Amino acid sequence: MIPLSWYLLLAAALFSLGLYGVVARRNTIAILMAVELMLNAVNINLVAFWRYMTPDRPVGLAWAVFVLTVAAAEAAVGLALVISIYRSRDSVVAEEMDLLKN
Amino acid sequence: MDPTIDQIIFLIVSILTLGAGFVVVTNRNLLYSALAMMASFLGVAAIYVLLDAGFLAAAQLLVYIGAISILVIFAIMMTRRLMQSTETSFNAQWGMGIFTALVVFGLFVAVIGNFWPLAPAAGQPLASGTAVPDGMLQDSIAALGRAFVSVDAFVIPFELASVMLLAAMVGAILVAWPKAEDEV
Repeated sequence: MIPLSWYLLLAAALFSLGLYGVVARRNTIAILMAVELMLNAVNINLVAFWRYMTPDRPVGLAWAVFVLTVAAAEAAVGLALVISIYRSRDSVVAEEMDLLKN
Repeated sequence: MDPTIDQIIFLIVSILTLGAGFVVVTNRNLLYSALAMMASFLGVAAIYVLLDAGFLAAAQLLVYIGAISILVIFAIMMTRRLMQSTETSFNAQWGMGIFTALVVFGLFVAVIGNFWPLAPAAGQPLASGTAVPDGMLQDSIAALGRAFVSVDAFVIPFELASVMLLAAMVGAILVAWPKAEDEV
């Protein structure tokens, strides 16, 4: 059988990959994709802890479903913002979104 | 200790998931990134199956691969002109980003290894899946459904989630709607 720590290590690696993408990518859509990776890593943790710690109560599953819902809403609104900004500024690069600077 | 068949499957799926994730954050072509993201989501769904959470695996397929990936690909296509730019796809902080990600990962590994041995011997706590009576995992979907609508569990977050989805839908339409002066 698979130890719990392996799932946690996988989730940690996926989360760190997503973190790197969020920090280092220039394209806003790429940043959103990296955020989705991080949310997936969190979900792996939730489901693994549910299976190994409290398989009798569906708390971890319920949280994972809520994370899924919030991720869907976040993707919809985030991509709408990207398209709106692309219309007004002709760019989806995060550094060029400086309307609020200074 | 010879790896069991479960562990071999887990390792293969993990390598696929992390490799696809690596392509997502490094590939210059955003469309390849999006396709690799779908592969990564598929790997996560396989991990859910290994964890006996079949319902979540199906939800993952529907919501992430079916809906979110398609939204992302739409957005990439609508901003396509920028997708093939030859300029670098990383900003000036990429070195610091690698450093930060590695530090965070090291911190995670230290904390995880502190609580649960990374290569546990058989018989140590949580070295393998908690044994549960037959039927409990099948019942977990029904229990999840009851928890979503029972007053002493998740009914308020559940209703709030539906309101949030409605607000997100209306908000997304409103934000992405073309402004009047654009329509010439």
